Amino acid sequence: MLTANDLLLGDAVWLAPDGSWTRQMSDALLIEDPGSADLHLLDAEARGHEVVGPYLADAHPGAQGPEPSHFREAFRGRGPSNRPHGKQEIA
Amino acid sequence: MYRYSQFDRAFVRSRAAQFRAQVARRLDGSLTEDEFKPLRLMNGLYLQLHAYMLRVAIPYGTLSADQMRQLAMIAERWDKGYGHFTTRQNIQFNWPKLADVPDILDALADVEMHAIQTSGNTIRNVTADPFAGAAADEVADPRPVAELIRQWSTDHPEFQFLPRKFKLAVTGSPEDRAVTAAHDIGLRLVQQGGDLGARVLVGGGLGRTPMIGKVLRDFVPLADLLPYLEAIVAIYNLLGRRDNKYKARIKITVHEHGLEEIRDLVEAEFPARKALFNGIDQQMLAAITAQFAPPAFDPEAEGNFRAWYHADPAFRAFVDTNTAPHRAPGYTILTVSLKAPGETPGDATADQMRVLADLAERYGHGELRISHEQNVILPHVPRRHLRAIHAALSDAGLASANVGLVSDIIACPGMDYCSLATARSIPVAQQIATRFEELKLEHDIGPLKIKISGCINACGHHHVGHIGILGLDRAGVENYQITLGGDGGPDAVIGERAGPGFAYDEIVDAVERLVHAYLAHRDGPSEAFLDTYRRLGAAPFKAALHPEDKGRANAA
Repeated sequence: MLTANDLLLGDAVWLAPDGSWTRQMSDALLIEDPGSADLHLLDAEARGHEVVGPYLADAHPGAQGPEPSHFREAFRGRGPSNRPHGKQEIA
Repeated sequence: MYRYSQFDRAFVRSRAAQFRAQVARRLDGSLTEDEFKPLRLMNGLYLQLHAYMLRVAIPYGTLSADQMRQLAMIAERWDKGYGHFTTRQNIQFNWPKLADVPDILDALADVEMHAIQTSGNTIRNVTADPFAGAAADEVADPRPVAELIRQWSTDHPEFQFLPRKFKLAVTGSPEDRAVTAAHDIGLRLVQQGGDLGARVLVGGGLGRTPMIGKVLRDFVPLADLLPYLEAIVAIYNLLGRRDNKYKARIKITVHEHGLEEIRDLVEAEFPARKALFNGIDQQMLAAITAQFAPPAFDPEAEGNFRAWYHADPAFRAFVDTNTAPHRAPGYTILTVSLKAPGETPGDATADQMRVLADLAERYGHGELRISHEQNVILPHVPRRHLRAIHAALSDAGLASANVGLVSDIIACPGMDYCSLATARSIPVAQQIATRFEELKLEHDIGPLKIKISGCINACGHHHVGHIGILGLDRAGVENYQITLGGDGGPDAVIGERAGPGFAYDEIVDAVERLVHAYLAHRDGPSEAFLDTYRRLGAAPFKAALHPEDKGRANAA
């Protein structure tokens, strides 16, 4: 997955199949091959008016859409564990 | 307290105005993120996991009631109704929106606060003993020196691009409640032959390579202090490694060059620096010191305190645990715990901030302090008001009688917020505190400092915890390493690693086993955890942590 933070809110976002940024990880584009991942990253780096700090995060297909391989990305998709803030607020 | 001069006010206002223009240029596309990032960091604005984070300096941990109220207002208006007090006596807001930050900086400027140099390779917020000006054991109030250093270091043209961040702490007490030995420069105010000066420690720091500061000079008279500090930072600025971020702090510079060489270089640099100051700093220090004159203490401070103390066991426990000796008769220093078991260490809601501000105003000469242990202190409390304060704190969920005990845990934000973190800290702290509350053992266990960091940078000071916990990412799973025997006091010690780490769902049980081992081995209730550890060494504690090793040893 290609992920970043929204410029205005700082909220975690993911590149969606239609090229927009989604706030829900399950709606993210699952990028299969390394070559196109690099191209997506280059493109995202040119979209600094929309997002900050884009990077590629390992993921695999899941029942509801892409799922992160690493727990850090799972936290970014959910919010902090000590307060009901972040994405879990709107979920 | 220090009041801003015209110059201070204009400076902070102009910085806020500059940042407003910089944000506007970032939003209209004139500035790229690469161009904007250093500008936002110069104003304490970080990007974290879920949002931006604004780190606001609380110089030497001192706040007025009005400032605390303004922090509450900011938390409510532009954040999610709370703030997080940090181990560097700062406050962090976890959810500001980029476009709101200029308004927040203006609101801070309204009460003589800012977020300048809370990031970047500069001299950061100068920290101090949170009992400054109040402690019975104090040689001198460290805050005038800390304020002088703040003024000298803010926007210092030579020191805006140091090899790495640079942290100073000042204490005026032999007790060292500011962990001075864990700072790039630690200052301990001492008297020598009737003169006040500082013992200067250099090269302390935690993080990846923890080191205890070394005495560079036993006594620097106050008149020489700023030029001496300037000489140290100038030498570091030239020698400090810029080729490797992990070797760039002054502790590594001192380690690689040796203390003698650094001392010789500093002493050689000092005369030229001294010549540049020509006494103006001493005039400023005298003016600053006058602003820190103690309040007019209440001669009737004691009142009926004794009778209430003996009549009410809950109140007595609170007083015994959360107060410290004050310099004035009938007064006490009250530490308000931000560690109610199950809550997030260091967090305070806007309502709680307002309660604290009101109590400080009504009963405590309008002063508040933030400690590096993430608690709030009312430094000047007449004991006759303690009962009313206790009642008000109880209503606000702030009356935990646990200061210095097992649930008074330091924890960094960890992977619940911080983009650098390798594991979570907060839920581990919450679960440990809750566990010991359920066991009802806290007061029996006595003094025990648990400190938790969510990554190797050690914001949670785990190296100097009696029990330190470091959260790491081991092959994609949270793993917690334990260190034992650390001490953040005047004879600071780095804790020793106690074998392999524990999974997230094992760490609380492991800490409980440790504490039970202490209770089993201690030489009576008067021997604290750290004393037992020093007497017996790590072996019985390691055996408790890793009983399976013992089994293997027996089988072999």
